[in-house]
Amino acid sequence: MNRAPLFLLYLNVLAVATCGLIYELLAGTLASYLLGDSVTQFSLVIGIYLSALGVGAWLSKFVERKLARCFIEVELGVALLGGTSAPFLFLAFGAIDWFQVLLYGLVFLIGTLVGLELPLLMRILKDHVDFNDLVSRVLTFDYIGALLASILFPTLLVPQLGLIRTSLIFGILNALVGLWGTFLLRPLLTDRELGGLRGRATLVIGLLAAAFIKADDLTSYAEESQLSASIIHAESSPYQRILITQNKTGFQLFLNGHLQFNSFDEYRYHEALVHPAMAAPTPRRNVLVLGGGDGLAVREILRYPEVEQITLVDLDPKMTSLAKRFPPLAELSDHSLDDPRVTVINQDAFIWIDQQSNKFDTVIVDFPDPGTFSVGKLYSTFFYRKLQQRLTDDARITIQCTSPLVAPQSYWCILRTLEAAGFHVQPYHAAVPTFGIWGYAFATRVPADPPTEMDPEIVSQCRFLNSEIMQGLFEAPGDIQTVDAEVNQLNNQILVQYYEREWSRWE
Amino acid sequence: MSECWPGDWRTNRRELLQSALLAATTPWLCGCGESPPSLKGEMLSPSFDLGHRIRDGFRPPTPEGTPKEVDVLIVGGGIAGLSAGWRLKRAGMENFRILEMEHVAGGTSRSDRSDLTAYPWGAHYVPFPNEQNRALLQLLEEMGAVSQRPDGRWGAAESVACRTPQERLFAGGRWGEGLFPAHLATQEDARQWERFEAEINRWIDWRDAEGRPAFTIPVDRCSPAAEVTRLDALTMAEWLNRIGVTSNLIHWYVDYCCRDDYGLNVDQTSAWAGIFYFASRKTKSTEEELPILTWPAGNGAIVDFLSALLAPQLETGQAVFHLRPGETRTTVAVFDLQTQTAKEFSAKQVIFAAPQFMALFLIPTLSEERRAATREFQYGSWVVANLHLSGRPPESDYPLSWDNVLFESLSLGYVVATHQLGSDFGPTVWTWYYPLCDEIPAEARKKLLNSTWEDWTALVLKDLDAAHPDLRKYLTKIDVMRWGHAMVQPRPGFVTGEARMQARQPFGSIHFAGTDLSGLALMEEAFYHGLRAAEEVLAAIGTEFRSMIAT
Repeated sequence: MNRAPLFLLYLNVLAVATCGLIYELLAGTLASYLLGDSVTQFSLVIGIYLSALGVGAWLSKFVERKLARCFIEVELGVALLGGTSAPFLFLAFGAIDWFQVLLYGLVFLIGTLVGLELPLLMRILKDHVDFNDLVSRVLTFDYIGALLASILFPTLLVPQLGLIRTSLIFGILNALVGLWGTFLLRPLLTDRELGGLRGRATLVIGLLAAAFIKADDLTSYAEESQLSASIIHAESSPYQRILITQNKTGFQLFLNGHLQFNSFDEYRYHEALVHPAMAAPTPRRNVLVLGGGDGLAVREILRYPEVEQITLVDLDPKMTSLAKRFPPLAELSDHSLDDPRVTVINQDAFIWIDQQSNKFDTVIVDFPDPGTFSVGKLYSTFFYRKLQQRLTDDARITIQCTSPLVAPQSYWCILRTLEAAGFHVQPYHAAVPTFGIWGYAFATRVPADPPTEMDPEIVSQCRFLNSEIMQGLFEAPGDIQTVDAEVNQLNNQILVQYYEREWSRWE
Repeated sequence: MSECWPGDWRTNRRELLQSALLAATTPWLCGCGESPPSLKGEMLSPSFDLGHRIRDGFRPPTPEGTPKEVDVLIVGGGIAGLSAGWRLKRAGMENFRILEMEHVAGGTSRSDRSDLTAYPWGAHYVPFPNEQNRALLQLLEEMGAVSQRPDGRWGAAESVACRTPQERLFAGGRWGEGLFPAHLATQEDARQWERFEAEINRWIDWRDAEGRPAFTIPVDRCSPAAEVTRLDALTMAEWLNRIGVTSNLIHWYVDYCCRDDYGLNVDQTSAWAGIFYFASRKTKSTEEELPILTWPAGNGAIVDFLSALLAPQLETGQAVFHLRPGETRTTVAVFDLQTQTAKEFSAKQVIFAAPQFMALFLIPTLSEERRAATREFQYGSWVVANLHLSGRPPESDYPLSWDNVLFESLSLGYVVATHQLGSDFGPTVWTWYYPLCDEIPAEARKKLLNSTWEDWTALVLKDLDAAHPDLRKYLTKIDVMRWGHAMVQPRPGFVTGEARMQARQPFGSIHFAGTDLSGLALMEEAFYHGLRAAEEVLAAIGTEFRSMIAT
């Protein structure tokens, strides 16, 4: 062997090391994304991967003959396993219960194969190079590869390609290096071995390339699009998948893939939701919040010192505990759910409302949009009638009602339903950049005018609202006019149909 | 369906049942339906033993004391008996008794309750009655299930009208909305479906020379015109073929409907009864679909309401074993299951609101002609299982509905007891239904009697396996009820036959009620016959009343 191929073999080391670390980072990121708790996931993945490298190195001594062939076989094996690891794990996550076993098993297997590579390569080269020089160069390129991977992964690969494409691309790269190895190590291979190895390398490259072309489908399946912003928290509860992402503007909460708020402009949404109900002629003391497990509506309510009691009913204990314990959200909500005046109840509001006997003077209804029957029931005449029985005579309630521009029939259906349940209703809306124009309803048991004045004390704490802006919320622009809609009842759930039809036009 | 489930429901259904009951542990289950050892549950039966003892001439101890005198005695506390009591009470009567053999009232409409929810053991819904059925609307109004709107039209209470999502079907590996597997239908299926609908609509709008509809509830008000009664000579399958509907999918769907309402297959059900199922609810084909009324307890909610109202009159655990009509009064001998003693009642009038076949054993003096008529009544057997779940098995596609049906299964699927509570998460109870559609009902009963809890648990799990592969993880208990005489069967010739009309003629001062007198097991028919028998009694006693059932 002459000097040129030797130098190329060191490049080979660089590529192998980069690919190896990329697979490790992929597994760690994926585990944090799918299972949450990134500290644990990264620790475990790194630990298992490093120990597997050791196992691979130890196993290498059992390879006694056909070193070159074995080296290329291992490289192709790493290419296939590592290249398919991200898409495979994404798909497996939804399909199996023993996901963690699979994840760590795969990390261990990849680590073992990568661990085999360098000892084999060094043994191939030891007869051609001075040993001191060999060790120093191989390890140098190995560590440069690691550095390259750790810089490329967060800055270029994940934001530009996403996890699945990164995984597949590095698999292809890895297999190409293997194919290239058959040329570099040609003198050490028999003709038969050569044909077999090149055939297998082409097969692996073809397979991964095909998967890369199909990556769009895989990506949408895996909701990976949300990874364009970095994921800072992910967990699954029996009720929903909770995901928090972060980008330059702030952080965002997704429930089952639907954006709930962006920290950058959520104050507009929540001020408009809460203050029209709270800014009443008589003090509000006993407030009910339905939904709103993020604690942001409660933050606005707590600005009123006369409030004595706030009852928050949210289905998901994981959501409300996230609002208390996840630092960015706890800070954004001013730790509102930890306030002694707040009682958190984790129950389906539909069931809870039937078991109550006390009355509330204010209700803030902040349910997710009515995209499923299990949420649609919370927008029915039946539910609103039950709610009405829980109200004092002068009670005021506000309800988030989806977008009156995107989904006008859904919006007016909610208002008609409130009226059918006996409420006096005023439509209003606010501009929230993340959502566009957003719709709300102001409802009372007896006819009442929406508020026109806000307490200067409160205004001083608001970023969006003051008395004039509050009045403006209730002015109806030309493009938000009443449309015909039926009343949403439990036995028709017409609202879910409207909602699906109207929002699907935008997807 | 997994490969161990017989592929063709038409040819294999009897074989399957046989093997299911006689050899549940043999390899036909492919090892995938073995009953898990830790699962608990009970095998329940309405008093099989006592029923058989009475049939075989049971003679309890001699009644003690003098007979208790009452104006009216009602034998049987199912919907018919309770409705009769409701009618008598509305006419101002108080001195009557309702005697029920079981420890709870309700018959096949009975229900039970866990810490979580009430759940049915049998009948579980009532279609919204049409405006002509004033008496039933009245009862439902008293229950708070319906109310009259300011414009005079009747509407269902939102808590009782079945909540959306109402029905779904598991076919082709996924759940879809509604009970017809539309996504499997070819253009030809769709064309035949239109034909089927057109034919049903024709019958909905059909009127005879006197303006009577062909099919309505109660059966008594259906037109006796030959054009209509002729349909009773055919099976439903024959009728479908005659109108050019040969599609497998539609035959499956209609078969499902026949099994659901009558416990008979499409080729066993009279075409008259089959069309009745589709055409009797609406008065005009253009009318909107009316809601289904349902409760967590199913029709047990009606039973509970009537039982509370009739608490002073209703006695359970009272097995009537002998009726002896006399000159002026009828003597009724009763065995008290609690005290194991016998007593007697002396009643001016009796309403016999138990299944007709029991009259053969309880009224020894019944004429031979009447006996012959009664023997023509055939009854189908059912198994009902209540599955107690700690949570909902995760699934995608169309969400868990009130009624959940499996395409090409021999069961009828399951209804969800907690649906009407508005509960969408957490623990629940599913009620699974299985009609035994054997050609000879007595054979089905024999098999039923010999089957075990393990047999049925294995069959339930097997049946639901394709749709809910991890169901077992959520199951905490399965209770199984065997109903030997669950439903009268409207096989061809029975509804329009002589026997049915003969069996309802009073025998001395004994008046007959029971849904089987309609030839169909429907809550509305049981209610109607309860009222009819009660009004016969009111007339016989000479009480002034305005009929609630006259047209």
